[in-house]
Amino acid sequence: MGAGDADTGLATAWAATLGRELRRAGRRRGETLAPLTFFALVIALFPLGLTVQPERLAGLAPGLLWVTALLATLLSLEALFRDDHADGSLEQMLLAPQPLAALVLAKVLAHWLVGGLPLALLAPLLGVLLALPAGSYLPLAVSLALGSASLSLIGAIGAALTVGLARGGLLLSVLVLPLFVPVLIFGAGAAQAALVGGAFGAHLALLGALLALALLLAPWAIAAALRIAING
Amino acid sequence: MSFRLEARGLDCERDGQRLFAGLGLSVADGDCLLVSGPNGSGKSTLLRMLAGQLPPQAGELAWCGRVLRHGARALRANLLYMGHAPGVAASLTPLETLAWYQALRGERGDDDARLAALEDWGLGEGAGIPAGQLSAGQRRRVALARLTLTSAPLWLLDEPFTALDRDAANLLEERLSAHVRAGGAVVLASHHVPALTVAMSRLALGESPRPDEVAV
Repeated sequence: MGAGDADTGLATAWAATLGRELRRAGRRRGETLAPLTFFALVIALFPLGLTVQPERLAGLAPGLLWVTALLATLLSLEALFRDDHADGSLEQMLLAPQPLAALVLAKVLAHWLVGGLPLALLAPLLGVLLALPAGSYLPLAVSLALGSASLSLIGAIGAALTVGLARGGLLLSVLVLPLFVPVLIFGAGAAQAALVGGAFGAHLALLGALLALALLLAPWAIAAALRIAING
Repeated sequence: MSFRLEARGLDCERDGQRLFAGLGLSVADGDCLLVSGPNGSGKSTLLRMLAGQLPPQAGELAWCGRVLRHGARALRANLLYMGHAPGVAASLTPLETLAWYQALRGERGDDDARLAALEDWGLGEGAGIPAGQLSAGQRRRVALARLTLTSAPLWLLDEPFTALDRDAANLLEERLSAHVRAGGAVVLASHHVPALTVAMSRLALGESPRPDEVAV
């Protein structure tokens, strides 16, 4: 976003799009908080449903937290482009004299700021319910923060492809779940490694690499998918 | 500013039915073109093609003599397209919506100008409340307030008279005439023949199987 963009106003458009998305999320609190509520409720149910020793529960905790966080993210993806498509704003965004990949990146960033990041911050609290030892809170939160950003980016491709479909939710899940698997493996792996006192740095590095790759490729894929979907 | 949008040999086929073929048109500064035709004759499709949104099955678009790749920025930077949906988000206020549209064009604008534009379209009181609480006609007026604010010379308007009352329709006709007189260009798809004070050419779709070349 250097001086070279000043003539087309990409920085202005990007910041305005990010601000718009955050404002919309703030106005529709029920919808914004739904994934977080889902995350908290499901995690709160596990200790009740799994009548096992706290040590065994703690062993399951990274996997449970990660799978639930992934499902919570999936739950929020369908709404990513839905309203913008319905009210015509998406069509206008596609016609803006700005690179669409940059604008969708602002949308995905907002999605992560109100979805994935709070999930990552909430996870250690819920870890307490699952008897997770304090030492693994930080790796858990960092792995979820990195991982959920990748999930938002990858999931947005699926959301873009299914935006014009009346009942796209199931198709969206089927499309993106296989792509979520690597993130889940390394994310839960990092938290699990921290739990058993092993080195989790490698897992986090791989999560970071996945995120870098997703940041590089996903915006273009999302933009292309939107162009296909809107003309469908 | 002098400009020209040309379309050459546009084909459109939908569900095995040919809507138009070999369609050519040219719109330059000071032109107004009304695209008419029955429902399903391809008016909206043509406008979306002209906006560079929908790649034509055959044919090409040229902006100021330069052939455009799909959705090229040279066209988009000079274009205001308004489709069936007004593009007004329910959870945002009209002021916020207009600010976003200006920002998409790289313009900051200011709230005074935006408020004046909304007042111009009779929405002074609704400027600060979420658009979800406005009626369909009021939301259409919010979208039309973009016409007051934009610096884009070429307007592609798909059924802009939908949901408007008589007063707003009159105001829109006035604005369209003024824009054309000031050296802008308007392409309208509408069933309603607007009473403009400028010369208006017409392109009728769906009446002959192969519309002839129209020069504006």
